[in-house]
Amino acid sequence: MQTVKMVVTGPFSAGKTEFIQSVSEIDVVSTERRISNAAERSVKEATTVAMDFGRITVNDDLVLYLFGTPGQKRFDFMWEILSEGMLGFIVMVDSTRPETFREARSILETFRAYAPTPYVVAANKQDMEDSWDLEDMRHALRLDSKVKLLPCIATDREKVKGILVELLNNVLSELK
Amino acid sequence: MALRGNLRDFTITQLLNLINLARKTGTLVVDGPSEQAYVSFREGKLAYTRVGQDDGSLAAVLHKANKLTVNQYRAIVERAGKINDKELGLLLINAGYLSQQDILANLQAYFTNSIRRLFTWVEGSFRFENEMLPPDDRINVRLDLENIIIEGSRQLREWEQLQDEIPSLDMALKFTDRPLKNVNLSVEEWRVVSFINPKNSMKQIAQTNKMNDLEVRRIVYGLLQAGLVEIVRPEGMVVPQSPKMFPTQDKEEQKSLVNKLIGRIRSL
Repeated sequence: MQTVKMVVTGPFSAGKTEFIQSVSEIDVVSTERRISNAAERSVKEATTVAMDFGRITVNDDLVLYLFGTPGQKRFDFMWEILSEGMLGFIVMVDSTRPETFREARSILETFRAYAPTPYVVAANKQDMEDSWDLEDMRHALRLDSKVKLLPCIATDREKVKGILVELLNNVLSELK
Repeated sequence: MALRGNLRDFTITQLLNLINLARKTGTLVVDGPSEQAYVSFREGKLAYTRVGQDDGSLAAVLHKANKLTVNQYRAIVERAGKINDKELGLLLINAGYLSQQDILANLQAYFTNSIRRLFTWVEGSFRFENEMLPPDDRINVRLDLENIIIEGSRQLREWEQLQDEIPSLDMALKFTDRPLKNVNLSVEEWRVVSFINPKNSMKQIAQTNKMNDLEVRRIVYGLLQAGLVEIVRPEGMVVPQSPKMFPTQDKEEQKSLVNKLIGRIRSL
């Protein structure tokens, strides 16, 4: 059995767990814990503390694993472990929470430093009224025009599939 | 009980605060990321500091502060075996070359700058040696810690923010398409700018310019914010593809595998 993996990362509450849940053929093995910090609890009740784990079986010989990283900075020791051997990574950013853009940028730079693997940035919650425009997000995140910044709705399977395919196309381009 | 621990759990500013409040006498030994520091205190006041390989002798301090010429400094170093800092200080005062206040002010500035370097150490261990006092032949000062602690806290916050923005100094910089015209840069900024090249990591730029991590991050952050540069992986830096990335090392098989993944995901 051959296995490959991709990593979904991003700030706290960016939608990483939902993203994996949308395409995983198994229920996402999630290590969520109730949030103790009051400020963070106002955003959501539980968060990932070790990793999320999803799976897509291609055939009898090939399986793709999706790993979601914990978003909170205090769990960043997990990031390097999870990034080991990844095909590529997706940085999820909540388009409605500009206060997290700086952290998203920092996470992106950290992962770029770990490995020279392809990546895309997914602007999640683009269906929300108060979501930022992609071009504004590109400036705020200081993304080069060559970096793919893709609109995303983490609960929409088709959107999630599109983002995974875009990342795989990047992987393919790097192989050429 | 011994005062020892890890800088991840207890920051330099927290340690200084404790030493200040407990009016401790002794030496704080810090094993930082690449060097060791000795910071001595008397009754909670800073007395003496030595960081890494820095020559904290009075002659070196005065030379760095442009109070001694190169020739004067060399002459003193040649006689270093015979004369200690206290004797040198007396000699300079008696010769009317410097006042006692001059000497103390320069030492205080030097020790304060040394402590500032420690504020960027977030990794490492520390221990407080009650019995270890500053070397007898060195001039001690009596510096209140409050202002140093306030400045340190400010600097630590800045350091954390800058580290979030620029997590790794192993990455390089390249200019964006925006021309570097009508931009007013300081001398320090120009020194960094002159080495910006995708082949040079930020760490190399810092080393070449004799800047510490905080200084180079501060400058790079400004250039990034102004949209003048962007962070790139250093050219020529060989980062081996993780063997775990693909189950096969054959390029064609790798492409076939990725195509299979794309096909499967589309069919979901």
